[in-house]
Amino acid sequence: MDMFIHYFTILVRSIFVENLALSFFLGMCTYLAVSKRVETATGLGIAVIVVQTITVPVNYLIYNYLLKDGALAENVDLTFLMLISFIGVIAAMVQILEMALDKFFPALYNALGVFLPLITVNCAILGGSLFMVERDYNLAESTVFGLGSGIGWALAIMCLAGIREKMKYSNVPDGLRGLGITFITVGLIALAFMCFSGI
Amino acid sequence: MSKVRDALFGPIFDNNPIALQVLGICSALAVTTKLETTATMCVAVTLVTASSNFAISMIRNHIPSSIRMIVQMTIIASLVIVVDQFLKAFMYDTSKQLSVFVGLIITNCIIMGRAEAYAMKNPVGLSVLDGIGNGLGYSVLLLAVAVVRELFGSGKLFGLAVMPESYPANGLLLLSPSAFFLIGLFIWALRTWKPDQVEEN
Repeated sequence: MDMFIHYFTILVRSIFVENLALSFFLGMCTYLAVSKRVETATGLGIAVIVVQTITVPVNYLIYNYLLKDGALAENVDLTFLMLISFIGVIAAMVQILEMALDKFFPALYNALGVFLPLITVNCAILGGSLFMVERDYNLAESTVFGLGSGIGWALAIMCLAGIREKMKYSNVPDGLRGLGITFITVGLIALAFMCFSGI
Repeated sequence: MSKVRDALFGPIFDNNPIALQVLGICSALAVTTKLETTATMCVAVTLVTASSNFAISMIRNHIPSSIRMIVQMTIIASLVIVVDQFLKAFMYDTSKQLSVFVGLIITNCIIMGRAEAYAMKNPVGLSVLDGIGNGLGYSVLLLAVAVVRELFGSGKLFGLAVMPESYPANGLLLLSPSAFFLIGLFIWALRTWKPDQVEEN
């Protein structure tokens, strides 16, 4: 039971309290660029959940069994290769996922379209892996963390997309239109998400 | 001559990477609570952008277009590793505070975007200037946000107390939402000043 509560805490924390998009500002570029419509935002959100859940544990294995000090051989510390190998893993994972989806779930593949390759340069994914290293999660914890942070990011982008769709009909001052008002909206959403921090 | 000026100064106000191109926002928001970390980040990003533009522009005629992303990624990742190791060696405290955001320079879209949009098409000299210019454009906005956040959020600048002691620190400015508000307001100000940047609805 204790174990369950422990993992549940990690999950809730990564979805709400430490939301990657709203409290660490990760994946902001795609977050702002692809949140104009709810449908596309949902597609991207799902893609991020899938990629994040796979890459964080895979990067965990690579980090702990290949790169860590003394993991490969005595006195061999390859941690400085961390960044480049994580990026490689992410790019490879996205590529594999793309091929697998194309073969087995063509409908989902077509729905995601261009967003799948875009995920490679989404900092939320790389950030998730780096946080996993920084916080010393074990394999199970990092899987849960990957899942949770993916869900959190997806929730945040769908939320913003919903608001932006409504906002098209409101009368925004000239200079603030578009990007400016979006930033302020995101600020308000982040403020709302902060209420979770007490949990 | 005007080409040089455009490459160097154009990105600062006319074509600001953050306010107009919407690139590299992730790190822009997260590191701005303190001026010191912000300044380090700005220097790092400017250096990486300039040198990645330099390297990519140099080999631009030899990169097959089908694998150009991977080549760019590798060059950028190598440069970021150098920066990361340098910070760990000489500025350990700052690097601890920046935590994952140094590594995240790799996925900072400014660098990738400039490599793809400018360095792949232009000669070495201009590309380097474009890299520096975009780094400066990023830095100007970041430093402005950081000054406001640190000055009013904790009454300090570069860690030194500036505000009188009676000044009540405004904790909201140290929290993440304030960065969004500030950047939103900066964009508003910039676009009021230069109305041609206003977006169509």
